[in-house]
Amino acid sequence: MFVGLALAVPVAVLLSHGGPFGVSSSQGDYLLRITRFTLLQAGLSTFLSVAFAVPLARALARRPTFPGRRWLINLFAVPLGLPPLVAALGLIEIWGRNGVANKGLSILGVETPFSIYGLSGILIAHVFFNLPLAVRLILPGLERLPPEYWKTAANLGMGGLSLFRLVEWPAMRRSAASASGLVFMLCATSFTLVLVLGGGPAATTLEVAIYQALRFDFNPGRAVLLSLIQVGMTLIVMLALKLMSAPTEAGDTKGGASSRPDVQGGMNALPDAVLIGLGGLFVSAPMAAVIVSGLSADLSRLLADTLFWRAAATSLAIGVAAAALSVLLALLLVRARYSAGNQPGSPALGLLAGLSGAAGSLTLLVPPVVLGAGWFLMLGGGTGQLLAPLVVIVLINALMALPFVIRVLEPAHLSTMERNGRLAVALGVVGTNRLRQIDLPAMLQALATAFVFAVALSLGDLGAIALFGSDRIMTLPWLLYQKLGSYRTDDAAGLALLLGGMTMGLMIISERLGNRNGAAHQ
Amino acid sequence: MTHQPAILFDGVVYGMGDLSAGFSFRREAGTVTAILGSSGAGKSTLLNLAAGFLTPAAGRIVLNGRDVTGLAPSERGISMVFQDNNLFAHLDIRTNIGLGLDPSLRLDATAWRQIEMALERVGLAGFGTRMPATLSGGERQRVALARAFVRRRPLLLLDEPFDGLGPGLAADMLGLMLEIRAEVGATVLMVTHDPDEARAAADEILFIAKGRIAADAPAAGFFERRDLPDLHAYLGSTAEN
Repeated sequence: MFVGLALAVPVAVLLSHGGPFGVSSSQGDYLLRITRFTLLQAGLSTFLSVAFAVPLARALARRPTFPGRRWLINLFAVPLGLPPLVAALGLIEIWGRNGVANKGLSILGVETPFSIYGLSGILIAHVFFNLPLAVRLILPGLERLPPEYWKTAANLGMGGLSLFRLVEWPAMRRSAASASGLVFMLCATSFTLVLVLGGGPAATTLEVAIYQALRFDFNPGRAVLLSLIQVGMTLIVMLALKLMSAPTEAGDTKGGASSRPDVQGGMNALPDAVLIGLGGLFVSAPMAAVIVSGLSADLSRLLADTLFWRAAATSLAIGVAAAALSVLLALLLVRARYSAGNQPGSPALGLLAGLSGAAGSLTLLVPPVVLGAGWFLMLGGGTGQLLAPLVVIVLINALMALPFVIRVLEPAHLSTMERNGRLAVALGVVGTNRLRQIDLPAMLQALATAFVFAVALSLGDLGAIALFGSDRIMTLPWLLYQKLGSYRTDDAAGLALLLGGMTMGLMIISERLGNRNGAAHQ
Repeated sequence: MTHQPAILFDGVVYGMGDLSAGFSFRREAGTVTAILGSSGAGKSTLLNLAAGFLTPAAGRIVLNGRDVTGLAPSERGISMVFQDNNLFAHLDIRTNIGLGLDPSLRLDATAWRQIEMALERVGLAGFGTRMPATLSGGERQRVALARAFVRRRPLLLLDEPFDGLGPGLAADMLGLMLEIRAEVGATVLMVTHDPDEARAAADEILFIAKGRIAADAPAAGFFERRDLPDLHAYLGSTAEN
């Protein structure tokens, strides 16, 4: 209910603001252009990410034992948790005007430097984030195939091409399709990367245009229209996703093959090795660049700056508050869905279950910037105030983390209920007593995992703070963004390292907790 | 022309140290050999070495007079049937068999007729367009045998192919396998953990213990032998099951 309200209020406010504004033809052209570019960059990003992910996942599946393979696959999980702003900095170090890639090109005699700003930059950044994600989504489909498949293929003498056509592609098709949907969704709503790397009105997406309309032009009417288009677009994509991702068949999973007798070694391994090497380099280079340039920055001066500590404290406070709120909301939703699902034959409760399930994905439907825009208008600009914007930022970050938190908590809650439910009832431990003494302790690890993850997510967020940030409300990403804007690249590099280090540290803690949690459940 | 055995393992070694396996034996063309031994003894290792899924550290594998030690699995003249997952689950039955004729699936009218005949041969006429998931476990193994039938390779390797089918069905399948072997004229190596299966089908026995061939003997009277402590322990343990 609360989630619905938190989402509905800003949308309603947007709508009420939108009423009096008509759409002039010039504005129509502008909206059309922005929408077209949003779809274009999302479509191209998706195509490139998945088109490279398919052969890369195939190469990784063909080589199940090379040294460093586990390490590489873990590395591919990093971009998902990396704050986009930090990644953008690393990407500029590699692909920017004075970056490694352009220096390499000029040595090779290529005159026109490659530009990281504009469409090409947005595409590189989106592929950097989503190629590893797509690989991690597609690879299990291949590794799930029974080892006998590869032995049979080897025995029958199926060549690389017919193996791909007849065995590998059918195994990847489903996950590649759902990965495409997810990547498109993420790219269509990507804010930070487009803001930093778009570099002008020619390369602006709906999200960034909403931000510009509110923050610079103070044109609420335009922001409303843009928001409506954005929500409509994500709605269509989500519906399409729902249609595409039919329930996956429960296959025979005995774990991945430890050897691939159909694949030859020696010189035949070269194409796979090159592909895997390039993929690893593409993903690791920007991260390495963040570390290298961050370490060469004047970190001691940065750490002596009171502004840094203020921003860090604000970020952490917002993160902790948002995470606590998010976990609380998720817990309520999960419990509501569980108890509703447990009493069949009650249409009202069934509806409730459906609603609480939808609440999780609703937050994906209404992107943070749109959410923020609604609250921004309600607060009348908000730059002069302190408490209200802070509350809104916390709220937005909490809602943003909600789908992830639910995904961690739901299975843990389910297994706790299955294990302790009847026993607790038999012993007569009920109500808050039961909650305190049995359910919460049993879920402690899952709660901690979700909480830490939510803190990390909130810590790296630029979307909400970009609307409400001011000299009085300063978070680490906002500080980093300002340093970038004023060309204090040295400070920015140092800050990026610190921010990236903090979020990565939290992500690793969350992962560790999660793994221990998973192991305890088996 | 000198006489060549169908299968010759000449000092074949796989792995190193305590976990290494070493095999030397020979088999004449047209024989059926049951490979027995407790789990982990190295039965599948032997079969995988013959199939080319594993590469030996030393020694030679010679099949029908040809040294295949360095050859890819598909170049060894072998058909293989596993206990499970012989069929690609997303391809229909006739496509699964067709892969045995041409791995890139360029099939002409003759090939399609061959597939239909093979299906008839294993008692599954008209099953060609069905998907593997709609067949029973026994029927799926029949399709795997049909694929081996169209391939007509001189060597047939079976890795516990009739395990989990139930005694009656397993006996039927064993009979079918023997008929197909006779029609193709293949030499058979069959891993099994069922002494009855070995008694019913095999001419010879390879008994494996701790990565070595503990006994290489005719099937007749093999299970009555009392001079093999490993065999005694093995039969005792299967009797308990």
